[in-house]
Amino acid sequence: MKGRSAITAAVAALIFFAGYAALFIAPDESTMHEIQRVFYFHLASWMAMFTALSLAFVANVAWLVTRKPHWDWLGVSCVEVGVVSCTAGLITGVLWGRPAWGIWWTWDARLTTAFILWILYICYLLLRGLIEEPQRRASLSAIFGVFAFLDAPLVYASNRLWRTQHPAPVIFGGENSGLDPTMGKVLVVCIVAVMAMMVLVLIDRYRLERMRHDLDELRLSVDARGVASNTVLTKGLP
Amino acid sequence: MTTARAAAIVLTKELRMEFRARELLSTTVVFALVIVVLFSFAFDPTAGESRRYGPGLLWIAFLFAGSLMLNPSFAREQANQTLDALRMAPVSPFAILLGKMLANFIFMAVSEAILVPVFAVLYNISIGGIVGRLALVLALGTVGLVVAGTVFSAIAAHARMRELLLPLLLLPILAPLLIAAVEATASLFAEQPALDRAWLAFLAGFDIVFLTASWLLCDFLLEE
Repeated sequence: MKGRSAITAAVAALIFFAGYAALFIAPDESTMHEIQRVFYFHLASWMAMFTALSLAFVANVAWLVTRKPHWDWLGVSCVEVGVVSCTAGLITGVLWGRPAWGIWWTWDARLTTAFILWILYICYLLLRGLIEEPQRRASLSAIFGVFAFLDAPLVYASNRLWRTQHPAPVIFGGENSGLDPTMGKVLVVCIVAVMAMMVLVLIDRYRLERMRHDLDELRLSVDARGVASNTVLTKGLP
Repeated sequence: MTTARAAAIVLTKELRMEFRARELLSTTVVFALVIVVLFSFAFDPTAGESRRYGPGLLWIAFLFAGSLMLNPSFAREQANQTLDALRMAPVSPFAILLGKMLANFIFMAVSEAILVPVFAVLYNISIGGIVGRLALVLALGTVGLVVAGTVFSAIAAHARMRELLLPLLLLPILAPLLIAAVEATASLFAEQPALDRAWLAFLAGFDIVFLTASWLLCDFLLEE
């Protein structure tokens, strides 16, 4: 337990340092100035979301194939963490969009895909809340998870074909693209910090799901025993 | 028994049920009609405006109607546990799913065949020269709607609040289909009607992806 507190404290410190680095260490951006500093956490949130949801897809498929309950726990944990990262990405994006583009929101391919994904995975969580039986909940939500993940590239492609405003990749794009070396370092720190936080939350969420499962099992066994003793009682009566 | 034969039997059963009850088709058509009429109050249906909003409104009406119509597809098998009986039959689960998809496709197609002429009259859009091409776009879009909708109907049937849940699961997933179908329809409603092959290919791709996924996942979908 002590080790876990130490790790949590270390991740918290890392997040604080990343925030400090993004705000004070990173150099001023030439056209957007201060507001560009939101970018470090914006990109890091999207990478966390992408990682979490990809992992959720793997967990969903693995549950369907193997039927090992820990895949189900991993699936729901990943989706929850992914939805939170997605929310962070959307909020930072909206905050950045207003000064940079002059509008809060635009229905561009990347934004729309993120938004639809956010809705789809919230629906995944809603669906889980509405199915009682654990086995069935795991299977049906895994199937929906697979469909949602498959839908993402289709949403992206359809919007790409249709209309797009989000800047093309600036960092790894073409010859004139690239990032100031200090900015690059700050970005790496932010990504590592957000990823570390994501993993930490994911592990805790996974443990919570396992405890819930254990609790359900205990309840069921207690109920079963209760029913058994009841029958004994009724049999014992004249 | 081959999958095709088993699917045909399920299809016949679904059609016979609908023919005897006649509740699904009539409610779907009237519901879509209500949406079309309500939109005419929200937007001014002059010819120019209709060309702009018409395709979107038509597909929104179909998607909403579909998300309601597809609900009973599996939900009504729950009432007397008839799904268990279907599952006990020595056929592949995909045959059951496919039979229901085909039946739902027919129901949607009939509703659309009734609704499109009414829509054309109400919104002053002449569809005389584009019937064949429009039918192709409608068919490709409806396949995607019905494939995803039938699978999600099976998912929602096991949940509480399933009537509300199915549109919630289905409509966001269909966002790419809606874009593609609306754009393809809009190119047909334009002054110079033309078939947009890129969007048509996209619709076909959507259908193939979802049909393949439901074929791969149907064992898990219909398990006990």
